[in-house]
Amino acid sequence: MKKVGFYPGCSLKGSASEYNASVLALAKAFDLELTEISDWNCCGATAAHSMNKELALSLSARILALAEKDGMKEIVVPCAACYNRLSVVQHQLNNDAALKERISDMIKMPISGNLQILNVMQMIDKFVVERLEEKVTSAFTKKVACYYGCLLVRPHDILKFDRVEDPQSMDILMKKAGAETIDWAYKTECCGAGFSVSRTDIVAKLSGNIVKDAADRGAEAIIVACPMCQSNLDMRRPQINEYLKAKINIPVLYITQAIGLAVGLSAEEVGLKKHFVPAEFA
Amino acid sequence: MEKHQDAIQELQQHTGVNVNRCYQCGKCTAGCQLADEMDFSPSLLMHMLQTRDEELFQQLLHSKSIWLCVTCENCVSRCPMQINIPEIMDYLRELSAKEHKVNIESRNIVAFHRAFLDSIKFTGRLFEIGLIAGYKARTFRLTQDVELAPKMYSRGKLPLMPEMIKDKKGVANLFSRTLAK
Ligand code: SF4
Ligand code: SF4
Repeated sequence: MKKVGFYPGCSLKGSASEYNASVLALAKAFDLELTEISDWNCCGATAAHSMNKELALSLSARILALAEKDGMKEIVVPCAACYNRLSVVQHQLNNDAALKERISDMIKMPISGNLQILNVMQMIDKFVVERLEEKVTSAFTKKVACYYGCLLVRPHDILKFDRVEDPQSMDILMKKAGAETIDWAYKTECCGAGFSVSRTDIVAKLSGNIVKDAADRGAEAIIVACPMCQSNLDMRRPQINEYLKAKINIPVLYITQAIGLAVGLSAEEVGLKKHFVPAEFA
Repeated sequence: MEKHQDAIQELQQHTGVNVNRCYQCGKCTAGCQLADEMDFSPSLLMHMLQTRDEELFQQLLHSKSIWLCVTCENCVSRCPMQINIPEIMDYLRELSAKEHKVNIESRNIVAFHRAFLDSIKFTGRLFEIGLIAGYKARTFRLTQDVELAPKMYSRGKLPLMPEMIKDKKGVANLFSRTLAK
């Protein structure tokens, strides 16, 4: 068993519990043990940086410092929004010594800023992909739309992960799991992000356009790597369908669920029964 | 209420963005999915800042635009001058809230942010039921999404108790040293 640090983030402990289950199950199937950062806190998400920059920096910095204190060299961060926040904050601190000192004083912990922060695709690339094809027992032979959303690939100069307008990493992995990936227009368009509750109308419209394009091009599933994207596209489907004046029932799966199924994990193990739009693939 | 001597200079200092570098090509607005809903599009916002007009600056602090920006970073990634509009949005939002200039129509967005932060302040992590309760208490939208909660609960997506962290005081301190200032 190889051990790596893990920052689940709040939604994996709640509304995205199936993401948590499938990340852990997939990791385990490939002999990887994910260890949670001790006493981690919420990264503050959009709320924190919208209301107070220093607070946003401190919340993320506390997480980074705790991981370092635990002796972790790399951490896996499955939520795209958390991944973006932690990476951006580490970058900002590393590029401004005075700021780093101030924030370090605020959280009362040193920050070296040397952590490797891995999103879910990077985790799969690093620990899974080598043995992926040989372990595929029930190939995920569906036509899928790989939806990256905004925060996984942007801002490119900081994240340095994949192409900004037409990323490929998820497509490549899904093909290895047996899927056919479609060419479509909404790979990195915004789903409405944190407006699910405060501006549901905007989420219905933006997510509606995403779901519609995937449907128009014949996708049988939308694959995501972010709890916010998943809940907007899945849980808000009634509002989306109302906006589209159509009944689109394409399910929305986390990449770890789709790949998990391909390597023989059960629907239960990857939490497939927890979706609002039924996903029946097993 | 604070008086801005040169508000734009202050903005530039805090964000590191030089507003004069924008040459109004409009790519940010073309790529912004929220631009339709905004009162001032991202490129117009840049233009307003360039004028250094106090009146226009105040209009931005009162605008819907700053609260509608979801920080998707599309604008900055497409901008030929790599102008960090989301960073400017953050700065304007913080100032707008601090000076009680939040646009009336955007108050529920701000209420959501505040409810979100409250939840972290008290437990260290986001507690979704607490978040929704806090949001409803602030906006009186008591019946919104009532059918959603039981569906989430039955799927094990809505824990009834918050997961508390050990160092609650440490996290609460971060709030009192930043947000409360
Ligand atoms: S894309 Fe950049 S240069 Fe063009 S209008 Fe927007 S901010 Fe200005
Ligand atoms: S970051 Fe804000 S302004 Fe820029 S494209 Fe996204 S929503 Fe529009």
